Amino acid sequence: MVKKSAERIYLSLIFLFLYLPIVVLIVLSFNDSKTKVQWGGFTLKWYRNLFSSSSIMEAFWTTIFLALASALLATLLGTLAALGIDAMKKRNQAIMIGATNIPLLNADIVTGLSLMLLFVRFTRLGMGTVLIAHITFNIPYVILNILPKLKQSNRTTYEAALDLGATPLYAFFKIIWPQIRPGVFSGFLMAMTMSLDDFSVTYFTKGAGINTLSTMIYTEMRKGIRPEMYALSTILFLLALILLLFMNFGPSARKGKEER
Amino acid sequence: MSKRLIDLQHITKSFGGQTVLDDLSLYIRENEFLTLLGPSGCGKTTTLRIIGGFETPDSGNVIFDGKNITSLAPNERQLNTVFQKYALFPHMSIAENIAFGLKIKKKSKAYIDDKINYALKLVNLEGFGKRSVDSLSGGQQQRIAIARAIVNEPKVLLLDEPLGALDLKLRQDMQYELIRLKNELGITFIYVTHDQEEALTMSDTIVVMNQGYIQQIGTPEDIYNEPTNAFVADFIGESNIIDGIMLKDRLVQVLGVDFPCVDEGFGNHKPVDVVIRPEDVELVPPESGMLEGDVISLIFKGVHWEIEVLANGYEWLVQTTQMHPVGSHVGIRVSPFNIQIMNKPESSDEQAVEPDV
Repeated sequence: MVKKSAERIYLSLIFLFLYLPIVVLIVLSFNDSKTKVQWGGFTLKWYRNLFSSSSIMEAFWTTIFLALASALLATLLGTLAALGIDAMKKRNQAIMIGATNIPLLNADIVTGLSLMLLFVRFTRLGMGTVLIAHITFNIPYVILNILPKLKQSNRTTYEAALDLGATPLYAFFKIIWPQIRPGVFSGFLMAMTMSLDDFSVTYFTKGAGINTLSTMIYTEMRKGIRPEMYALSTILFLLALILLLFMNFGPSARKGKEER
Repeated sequence: MSKRLIDLQHITKSFGGQTVLDDLSLYIRENEFLTLLGPSGCGKTTTLRIIGGFETPDSGNVIFDGKNITSLAPNERQLNTVFQKYALFPHMSIAENIAFGLKIKKKSKAYIDDKINYALKLVNLEGFGKRSVDSLSGGQQQRIAIARAIVNEPKVLLLDEPLGALDLKLRQDMQYELIRLKNELGITFIYVTHDQEEALTMSDTIVVMNQGYIQQIGTPEDIYNEPTNAFVADFIGESNIIDGIMLKDRLVQVLGVDFPCVDEGFGNHKPVDVVIRPEDVELVPPESGMLEGDVISLIFKGVHWEIEVLANGYEWLVQTTQMHPVGSHVGIRVSPFNIQIMNKPESSDEQAVEPDV
């Protein structure tokens, strides 16, 4: 009995520390008072201000565009890379997986800084460079999502399709693709989440005049804390949450479970 | 005899500097059940994959029905494969699996449906068409894999250790099933296995392979009764393989004792390998044996007892229905026609290698 309640308290504490700050942020975004410490009644004022600010809306659409475009391109490149890696010999496979994982483990700020140094050597920072940067750090997530599916899919099914008269292309779309599709889909969603969330890499590679929601919040916060930024942060959090829920309970996740 | 359907000519194949097949030549006749038998790594699966088109030989030719198909892609060959791990398509129903090859050939729906029913009946799984792959047992999956291959009416069916993942009883049932299928379809089967019993049960012809070389080609009876070297003798069933000296025609000296035999033409005083099957060793009272020894181990195997007898410094493996307790003193006798004499290997190529079991 004591053990049970101890477990409960411990778990509640963990969740409290995890989610309380976010809850505070969300509550404050509806607070009709300029100070952080006082509840001045419920309002949607900050959201209204947000949506009427053209610079914030521009940052919002930039974020969405970056997330979609980088996730799409990273999914395409990552899928091809995963297929290539899967076809390699064991030893080369280990090397390639290690190499693609380095950007994952590398500190974002280092990735951002080094990408910026590379970009300024050849071109001016702008939309193109952020996009390339986002694609770069998204590819490993896609690969990591697809490789296990390929391993599971048992390469002989591909050979069996060839054996039954399929051309390599037909065999890929009829046999391999249906088996890796859930992985490709979750890789795409994860890449989108990573792109939405990213601050450091974007900050270093975006150049002047371009803002995503996270860099927007950062620059605005430096000028002074404005409740609009609470509202903006809340929106950013919700976007990531929706993607996360979709990843875990969406059509591809359910299908994956049925197959097992 | 029926004509040669497949001709493998001087096939050589190596992977990463390691030679897997070395100048292998072999032909397969129409309607033959041919088994490639050997320990793992002997090159049997590579040979099958070269016939199937999944590997290209470094040199040599694959002739199929008079045409050179060495560099033809698998999907352009008139043969189908049953894979070791079934390789069914998990996201398709049983019927869709079977229809896969026919749909590529753009057959009519009625034709495909007919074929599916026919194939399911042939493998004793009528009415399974709508079920998913997951709902089948290993044995059933393998039968679907066979059905999927044969609906395409291949001239040759390649089978890569198809029963390897099944349990003993099911494996034996499937062996009879395969023989029945082969007779009903009247097509050529090329079968790869490391299981000598499977090979002996089903094959018309057995090709024993080791380290990329063909050791012996023959009927199951030939291979079992007249192995050409110690490797074959050891791999096909259990054997006593003992060093001996061929004193003259029809007389061989083994462990210091002269044994009359039926072999001739080995020359005089020539070292040879002598093979005696365990079931051919007779245990008799000590005084009437050709040599005497003591029983050192006794194991009950069901049909027979497996006994080890230490005699003249060699541990004889004996299979007999008579029980002889450990420690008892017995005599050993071998009939002349049960002694098989083989030349000692002359080159390292022929060298008998312990099969890794």
